[in-house]
Amino acid sequence: MDISVILVTVFSTTLIYSAPLILTALGGTFSERGGIINVGLEGIMIVGAFSSVVFTLKCSSIFGSITPWIALLIGGIIGAIFSLIHGVATVSLRANHIISGTVINLLAPALCVFLTRIIFSGKGQTPVINQSIGSYTFPVLADIPIIGKMFFTKTSLVAYLAIVIGIICWYVLYKTKFGLRLRSVGENPHAAETLGISVQGYRYSGVVISGLLGGIGGAIMAQSITLNFSATTIAGQGFMALAAMIFGKWNPIGATLAAIFFGLAQSLPIISGYLPLFANVDTIWFQIAPYVITIVVLTLFFGKAVAPAADGETYIPAK
Amino acid sequence: MNNILTKLRINRIVVLSFLAVIAGFIVGGIIMLIFGYSPTENYLNLFRGSFGDIYSFGETLRNATPLILTALGFSVASKAGMFNVGGSGQLLLGWMGAITFALKFSFLPGPVLIIGSILTGAIFGAVYSGIAGLLKAYFGTSEVITTIMMNYVAFYFVNFAVKKYLAEHNSDASPNILPKASLRSPMLEGLTNNSTFHWGFVIALVMAFLMYLYLNKMKQGFEIKSVGINEEAARYSGISTKKVIIISMLLSGLLAGIGGAVDGLGNYQNISVSTVLPDIGFNGMAVSLLANQNPIGIIFASILFSSLQVGGLSISVYSDTPPEIVNIVISSIIFFVGVKYLFEFILKRKETN
Repeated sequence: MDISVILVTVFSTTLIYSAPLILTALGGTFSERGGIINVGLEGIMIVGAFSSVVFTLKCSSIFGSITPWIALLIGGIIGAIFSLIHGVATVSLRANHIISGTVINLLAPALCVFLTRIIFSGKGQTPVINQSIGSYTFPVLADIPIIGKMFFTKTSLVAYLAIVIGIICWYVLYKTKFGLRLRSVGENPHAAETLGISVQGYRYSGVVISGLLGGIGGAIMAQSITLNFSATTIAGQGFMALAAMIFGKWNPIGATLAAIFFGLAQSLPIISGYLPLFANVDTIWFQIAPYVITIVVLTLFFGKAVAPAADGETYIPAK
Repeated sequence: MNNILTKLRINRIVVLSFLAVIAGFIVGGIIMLIFGYSPTENYLNLFRGSFGDIYSFGETLRNATPLILTALGFSVASKAGMFNVGGSGQLLLGWMGAITFALKFSFLPGPVLIIGSILTGAIFGAVYSGIAGLLKAYFGTSEVITTIMMNYVAFYFVNFAVKKYLAEHNSDASPNILPKASLRSPMLEGLTNNSTFHWGFVIALVMAFLMYLYLNKMKQGFEIKSVGINEEAARYSGISTKKVIIISMLLSGLLAGIGGAVDGLGNYQNISVSTVLPDIGFNGMAVSLLANQNPIGIIFASILFSSLQVGGLSISVYSDTPPEIVNIVISSIIFFVGVKYLFEFILKRKETN
């Protein structure tokens, strides 16, 4: 097979698989920068995926081909609302963040499959959606020789949007007043409160942003990869995103790059099928390679990941 | 005086857990009412399906067995301040290790075979999570990431190994182990009206008791807790934090590995290719949190959790209520355990009034 075709395949599968991870990892970054550990990203993605699929199935006749894009927003909004459970538990009711996150992960699949059975007459999975996010060819850019074919032809538009959102998130977190305050709440809530910053308010917003972005992440997974909703639509992507966030050292740009790396890793077993060189190698090695590479890279080059100082600490406001 | 205080404290935890369970059932009931299902009918069926007769009770205990062990495993790492998300992977390896030993050394006499199989499973699990412990201790690599990644490695690897080395040509499962390697016994089956209840439950109880002694009465257990509460202070007082991190992770995987081993030898009798990571690892986390990481509490929390799972099966047999309602109840219970501050607040208000 032609080397350029292989490269195109590598890039497009990588992008398709990274998009959900990028957004969810960015969401996790906001929550944890504000001091709330969010191991519930998996559950948030499930809720996002479920609501987006239901929306697409029920409303595609009204909105036509833009339905999947609206569905992403719906997934985000429902994800944000769902994440309020985590917010109320951890910020207001002083629950242990890990317990609350575990609740999110247990509750989401149960609730979504429960509702799926009610909406779709007893079945545990939804029908396949009739409108999905397909591939996209950038006008003009696609005509650039070589690069145009590799990066801009029949590629994943959401993935590019996700990268742009990653840059915006970095800007918000490091260049705006909101970002500075959110980070201060995650590093030293007592000092922040002395300066008149509402610790609880900022922590809530961190969690809700994680719900919004995680919900969109889950919706992307459903709208562009699985194309329906069932208990296995989200199978560990939330945990991968959590890992990407830590890998990226709680920095939006880092999280984005780590998520792209995981996307590349996830596409390895798919790509290996196309490479004649690896035709005789068992696919198992490609399946486990991404995870092993992640551990090795993390150990050798990154070392200790330092979380925001007050990450996971319950803050009890002064009266 | 001190004794009375600690007793009161334990009672308080029990009361809070009890309130959480009630609140969880109420939430489940409200959701059922909203969607037009009968809570009383479903809860009765649930209870019948898990405790209604001796057979169901046997099934409940059998299902609780691996939960107890993965929950113990999660707790011991957690006591040292580590978040071991890898219970599922460690359990899978323990399962594979035990079945492999039972199949390859089937010429050994029964008791030796069983002990060897369980030990193999335990060692597989321990070594596997020990890697995460070593990386954490010497390189500071986040155990959250390594255990998540290693779950997937275990998943793909075990599936591959089962298909390639254990399964008979083109099947997806290994042959069954010999009856002498099995943890089931005619005695226990007779006792529970032919349920799948097996000796693994007793092993789990023993492990829970040993972990209680280890964490509360032994120096090493104390060191584990010290590192979990304040790593810097523990190091300053002369505790080798590296050693503690590695030991707690080894123990954590050891327990999950035993969980996989006894479930394999007692429940499944073989190992087959799995389609998703087994959720016993994640459920073990939930059970451990439900029990406030107390080894003895874990026994009861596992039985409760398991009774909901097993009893949940009869909900969908006798009505058209989606069986997922059970997991909604379970997660609500754990939610209320998590927000015990709410109950503490209410209880305190009552006391001061």
